[in-house]
Amino acid sequence: MTGTIDPVLLIASLMVAATPILLAALGEMVVEKSGVQNLGVEGMMITGAVAGFIAAASTGSPWLGFAAALVGGAALSLVFALLTQILLSNQVATGLALTLFGLGLASLLGQGWVGIKGPTMPRVDLGPLSDIPVLGRILFNHDPMVYLSLALVAAVWAFLRSTRAGLILRAVGESHDAAHALGYPVRRVRTLAIAFGGACAGLGGGYLSIVRVPQWTDGLTAGAGWIALAIVVFASWRAPRVLIGAYLFGGISVLQLNLQTAGARIPVELLSAAPYLVTILVLVLISGRRGRSGSAPADLGKSFHASA
Amino acid sequence: MKFSAMLATVLSVGMVTSAAADGHKPITAGFVYVGPIGDGGWTYQHDQGRLAVEAEFGDKVETVFQESVPEGADAERVITQMALGGADIIFTTSFGYMDATNNVAARFPDVKFEHATGYKREHPNVSTYDARFYEGRAVIGHIAGNITETNKIGYIASFPIPEVIQGINSAYLHAAKVNPDVEMVVTWVYTWFDPAKEADAARAMIDQGVDVIMQHTDSTAPQAAAQEANANGGRVFTFGQASDMAAFKPTPRVASIIDDWAPYYIERVGAVIDGTWEQTAHWGGMPEGEVVIGEITDAVPAEVKAEAEEMVAQITSGAYHPFTGPINRQDGSVWLSEGEVAEDGALLGMDFYVEGITGDIPN
Repeated sequence: MTGTIDPVLLIASLMVAATPILLAALGEMVVEKSGVQNLGVEGMMITGAVAGFIAAASTGSPWLGFAAALVGGAALSLVFALLTQILLSNQVATGLALTLFGLGLASLLGQGWVGIKGPTMPRVDLGPLSDIPVLGRILFNHDPMVYLSLALVAAVWAFLRSTRAGLILRAVGESHDAAHALGYPVRRVRTLAIAFGGACAGLGGGYLSIVRVPQWTDGLTAGAGWIALAIVVFASWRAPRVLIGAYLFGGISVLQLNLQTAGARIPVELLSAAPYLVTILVLVLISGRRGRSGSAPADLGKSFHASA
Repeated sequence: MKFSAMLATVLSVGMVTSAAADGHKPITAGFVYVGPIGDGGWTYQHDQGRLAVEAEFGDKVETVFQESVPEGADAERVITQMALGGADIIFTTSFGYMDATNNVAARFPDVKFEHATGYKREHPNVSTYDARFYEGRAVIGHIAGNITETNKIGYIASFPIPEVIQGINSAYLHAAKVNPDVEMVVTWVYTWFDPAKEADAARAMIDQGVDVIMQHTDSTAPQAAAQEANANGGRVFTFGQASDMAAFKPTPRVASIIDDWAPYYIERVGAVIDGTWEQTAHWGGMPEGEVVIGEITDAVPAEVKAEAEEMVAQITSGAYHPFTGPINRQDGSVWLSEGEVAEDGALLGMDFYVEGITGDIPN
């Protein structure tokens, strides 16, 4: 009756919608692989979002904005690292506190930046590739951050799977006592992982404020950090599955809005709940097939003290 | 002895109350917001009302507020805390606080409660207030019907409640009056404030050929999405919602509906100070200055702008009501016959689309 959904545009917008949670979830996955549970993703994302927007709007360069988002997210995560790795505070409580702190800090920093227009991020000009029908619009007509996030998935996958450093990081997450006995610097590895996770969450937040929304308002992330945390579990701590999870969630969120706009005769309540329903369904299917929930790092969320 | 002790107690209580009534102790006015005060829309406007109260009464009043309070169990906790903290009047500024407000009001009979956009007044200390947003929707509907080229008008809707449905119907009726081919594309996002989701909804509409977007959500994200589409060669128009959203002038934002709560907040807080507060069900609109149309930019043709301004004048003077018959319901049955004007009761319970709008309202 009304509009028709163009699948090409749909897939293109899906990739944009999924990129913030993809980046944040990927970072958190590395953190959790090292045995640390940081529930402060939402706080780090929104700090990255505000830092990125302020830098981008005041310099006019989206790239400087992303750099600031990365630094902002990482800086906040180092507070978490200090509290949980050096002062051995409870990770769950500290992570929740980090979210609350990040939301408040971002709100404070963002005062005076509401309603200001930021620079736009140009799409990558891939010349003739962008003109290929269908594929050109889906694959070769995005902003650079979409490609960067995909490259990061591949890099994290390769790092964890085939490098010595990746093996050490996983060992620290599986058994910090054994890793420590072998002479690996457990706290340093975890601190680096936490900083990487914070930088990724910051980038994800920056993508929201610089590209996807693109502007600053209080509460911009609106729970995206929690979805990123869920996707890590959904993906059973594997990088390619993080990609699938983020695109699935982003895709269904965008699809349901498109279906409504196109006037599909499906109850709106069902459409709105669809992203969550499908995520739960896939989670059940995956865990059913594996028959065990042993994919979580064995020392996830446990504090490490060398004298213990 | 016993009697004199009692007398002393009565006297001292009496002295405390009279001291309060004399205004020696400032009145505390509390505000509960659904979004952040920096949303640039709904909550921002309520907070402007709060600041106007402070400016009006100076040291006779203290204000407290809590932002980003979720609708639901959390709201009841926040309102209770505010009442325990000594607030004399509490404004709860979102539809979803309705039950929470009434529940807390039952426990604090001496505190006055003012609930925005609701209809439940279960206790004598609960008033409700609302603004006739549909008057503004009529004006922007008229503009939208004139400037659309694709004949598709998008409406980013929050929740299926009468206030939102009035807006959809009013905008459609006035758009269809000047452009019978116009089609209303309604997308329910089930949130008042989620910039990313609002932007996604706007993008989905733009992808599907909608060229005029109205929003019934609180952030400026749809404006930014339209601006981005225009930067990439699109032709999309929007309207500021709740606040002027002037940063997006002259396009995509071509006009706006501004909520001005200051007159009502000043009146009600003043009534508490004077001790004349009484329960009401207030519903002001353009005549009271609560619904204001922001600057119509030059992107709108001059004659359309003149017609829109004429409509504002007619509604303000009371000569025109946006829901004047003949109007049929979506199923074709008669709702208002020729010349009949909708009663407030019918509007406050509106749960149907008017004839011409396709799709169903979710329950």
